[in-house]
Amino acid sequence: MPTSITDLATQAEAAAQRLSIAKYDIYGASVDETSVQVDHGEPKQVKASQRSSVTVRVWNGDGTIGITSTTDIDPVGLELALKTAYDASFFGAKENIPDFSPEATAPLSGELDDKAAPAEVSALIERLIGAEKALMAAHPAIASVPYNGMAQRELDRFYLNSAGAMRREGRSVASIYLYSKTEQEGRKPRSAGAFKVSRSFGDLDVDGCLKEAAEKTISHLNYEKIKSGQYRVVFSPDAFLSLMGAFSNLFNAQSILDKQSLSTPESLGEAIASPLLCLCDDALHPENVGGETFDGEGTPTRRITLIDKGILTNFLHSAGTAKRMNAQPTGHANMGAKVTVGRHFYHAFPGAPAAQTYSLDEADNVILIDDLQALHAGVQSLQGSFSLPFDGWLIKDGKRTSIEAATVAGDIRDLLQSIIYVEKDLELTGSGVSPRVWVEGLSITGE
Amino acid sequence: MTLQCGQPLPLPDIALLPNIVASPSPRTPLMRLSALPDLLLTSKQLPTLNYVATRDRFDESWEAPLSTLLGLGRAAGADFVEIFLERVNYINCLAEDDTITSISPALTTGAGVRVFQGKGDCYVSTNDLSFAGLKLALEKALSILGLQLPTANAFIPEINLELLRDYATKRGKESWLADCSSIREMGEILLDANARLNAKASHAQSRRASYFRDWQEVLVAASDGTFARDIRLTQSAGYSLLCADGANRSSIGQRLGSTGKPDFLRAWDFDTTAEGVAESAGKMLYADYVESGSYPVIMANEFGGVIFHEACGHLLETTQIERKTTPFIDKKGQKIAHEALTAWDEGLSPDAFGTIDMDDEGMPAQRTLLIENGILKNFLADRAGSMRTGHPRTGSGRRQSYAYAAASRMRNTYIAPGNYELDELFGSIDKGIYCKKMGGGSVGATGQFNFAVDEAYLIENGKLTKPLKGATLIGEATEIMDKISMCSKDLGLAAGFCGSVSGSIYVTVGQPHLKVDSITVGGRSGS
Repeated sequence: MPTSITDLATQAEAAAQRLSIAKYDIYGASVDETSVQVDHGEPKQVKASQRSSVTVRVWNGDGTIGITSTTDIDPVGLELALKTAYDASFFGAKENIPDFSPEATAPLSGELDDKAAPAEVSALIERLIGAEKALMAAHPAIASVPYNGMAQRELDRFYLNSAGAMRREGRSVASIYLYSKTEQEGRKPRSAGAFKVSRSFGDLDVDGCLKEAAEKTISHLNYEKIKSGQYRVVFSPDAFLSLMGAFSNLFNAQSILDKQSLSTPESLGEAIASPLLCLCDDALHPENVGGETFDGEGTPTRRITLIDKGILTNFLHSAGTAKRMNAQPTGHANMGAKVTVGRHFYHAFPGAPAAQTYSLDEADNVILIDDLQALHAGVQSLQGSFSLPFDGWLIKDGKRTSIEAATVAGDIRDLLQSIIYVEKDLELTGSGVSPRVWVEGLSITGE
Repeated sequence: MTLQCGQPLPLPDIALLPNIVASPSPRTPLMRLSALPDLLLTSKQLPTLNYVATRDRFDESWEAPLSTLLGLGRAAGADFVEIFLERVNYINCLAEDDTITSISPALTTGAGVRVFQGKGDCYVSTNDLSFAGLKLALEKALSILGLQLPTANAFIPEINLELLRDYATKRGKESWLADCSSIREMGEILLDANARLNAKASHAQSRRASYFRDWQEVLVAASDGTFARDIRLTQSAGYSLLCADGANRSSIGQRLGSTGKPDFLRAWDFDTTAEGVAESAGKMLYADYVESGSYPVIMANEFGGVIFHEACGHLLETTQIERKTTPFIDKKGQKIAHEALTAWDEGLSPDAFGTIDMDDEGMPAQRTLLIENGILKNFLADRAGSMRTGHPRTGSGRRQSYAYAAASRMRNTYIAPGNYELDELFGSIDKGIYCKKMGGGSVGATGQFNFAVDEAYLIENGKLTKPLKGATLIGEATEIMDKISMCSKDLGLAAGFCGSVSGSIYVTVGQPHLKVDSITVGGRSGS
């Protein structure tokens, strides 16, 4: 943030007084980011950015609300934003008007300032060039690493309101991704990748990323078409959580109130999944790099159990949805003219003890889905259905063969009920931590 | 517009310097030099410079600070420097059922400084458009590339820019923002539109009508002398309808878009849109899931063009050639598609969603012939792509915002009309699928593409029989292009959003109805 939060609060208060605005709040975020890409041993593009923006909400004398976002965070820009928000407030919603969160001044848990010192850009480039080289050397078929990147970010966020709430936090995040592509005479090109994230460049598991990308790519070299039909399917942690993310309206209180959900307010307590499954959302999970301690309304984040041994246990709330549904805010609000609700970090794990356990080493005619693609297109989140291309393997007698060009289709509600095993070992992915999840009877289209 | 300088810049009329000009004959007019070397800016003066430009307009007054900064970048040894300035006035409005639930204005100001050194480049973005802020961004880019700032007494020859090429003024765009719908009008129109949808739809569980207006002013200055300004006005309105009857559900969205038409929302014929959405949702409510397999398909016109966008368009971007992720990399001049197929990408169609007067690198948008009768004719190139691959620039350098460096991207991309009647397409199919309304799609590094179909029908003996849902089509670019065997005469365009390396941009996809001889349709096999 170019300006300190206390300065900004003072400037906002002065501007609000000039405009006769009595009630307002402000959410702001800034990012200072450097990222590098390389191409065959040379730096290709380096990007650096210092961006910030604030969103102001203003309540007028009638109690209706207006909002404006701006990147001009100086006194002139701030005053213009307050005025624009005030002007918009007369056309704002007349019902279910958002209010300050009752928890906007509640104590926060966790570190508020947790930034690692950034590394030099040259160090990032050098490390990435080394990783690219090692990946291309891992197998003669790996011809290039067309998508690669290493980045480090500092993120700052704050929330303040005219009733005296004021909080901020700072985080640092470093990440790497490597996505390789193969070329072999008479064979189709294959590709696979890996992604790792950590608090600092120094902690970044570059070797792990490299190893994973190489192993996956090599495992896809021998591919076959698969016969269409019903299969037992194992979802990788990443595939399972990306599917749960695509259907997060199941847990989203705002979506439920808007009738844009597969759940209704009465769904709490229903068995929506096999008792083998537990699912939480936990921004404060120790593995959640860059996790937030408060949401867009200043409400502290916390661990929320969504599915407990198959039972739908809680919804995710903003201050407004909690009030309407007679619940507690859960710290999942995104500030806006219409406050939306979003998840932070999933944590899936085994629920009820499994009557039978399964192992990939002994599996036969089972499909392991590594990565689901095109979720933006192939998921009908309001119908519950999905039909998605995927990367994965057919396992026969414990041996993996890569599958060429196939889709998996089904209904999320059926899928959750058809879980036959939730493995124990958790793995960190981009959207949370989860084990592999086994599901009976999904439609696979190949040839 | 005011411009103040802490130090006087070299004035063009202190130019005549007879003593150092060789004059072969007294009758020959003296040559004029543009400036005295000792009146040129030197590096040590930079910290004292203080340009002040007004906040709310990019115009000629930006020439002086930008030419100085571009000159500084070149003096430090950069091969090429580009500065992109952007100002955005955005608003969106949402009506849910019979209430306006969200009005969100957003004001953005930002700049991106791009420095090239050899074939590599560095891009630095900032929200600080002051001279000091831009200079800081430039210095950061130079230092990341390992370029040293010039020493104190080094000359900083400013870049002599072209006359401001101002599409905004020249093409009457200055009043666009003021001529758009007011907040009050947005609300009224969306509520009327949603009421109309309620009247047309049955089993409606949730109705949404939404609108956004994206007004953008850009200025591009570069060390090759480029100096150009434009204003873009992009608007979109549409519906999202969810219907439910017991366990049967259908959700249908429809979005219209326009560029450069301030009265777009006022002129929106929501009656027709509502009718189409209600009819589709009604038909899909009781649709069966598609049975997976390989079928001949007919893709509808307009948004059906997503097939070409994913299966071919992305693979003709120089971005993909740079990464060697396109099977068409060495196929220029060769046959890559059925001879029935001709395809264009252009930024010129009036009012189309992907239309731009100039690209985000200041080059006028061109009409680019991609494929002519199956032969690959051209790629889409931005500046870096052209430099790295040798293919000529096409005015295709686009970006979502100042936060992204421009990359080669599509504009209005479509398959040209063919000679067949629609009946002939359907008549050629015994059992197949009519893909009437497409969802989104994507294409990966190996040329495998996919897209979802929101509204489909079974074709039996040339006739549409029953509605089908849940279809995802997958294929391989090189294979599918040869299977597009029939095109009808009814070319139609549709607005879309395309996400890629330089962010999300507005594009048009389009085609006539066309037949694909066979494609894998992913769905639910007989359970």
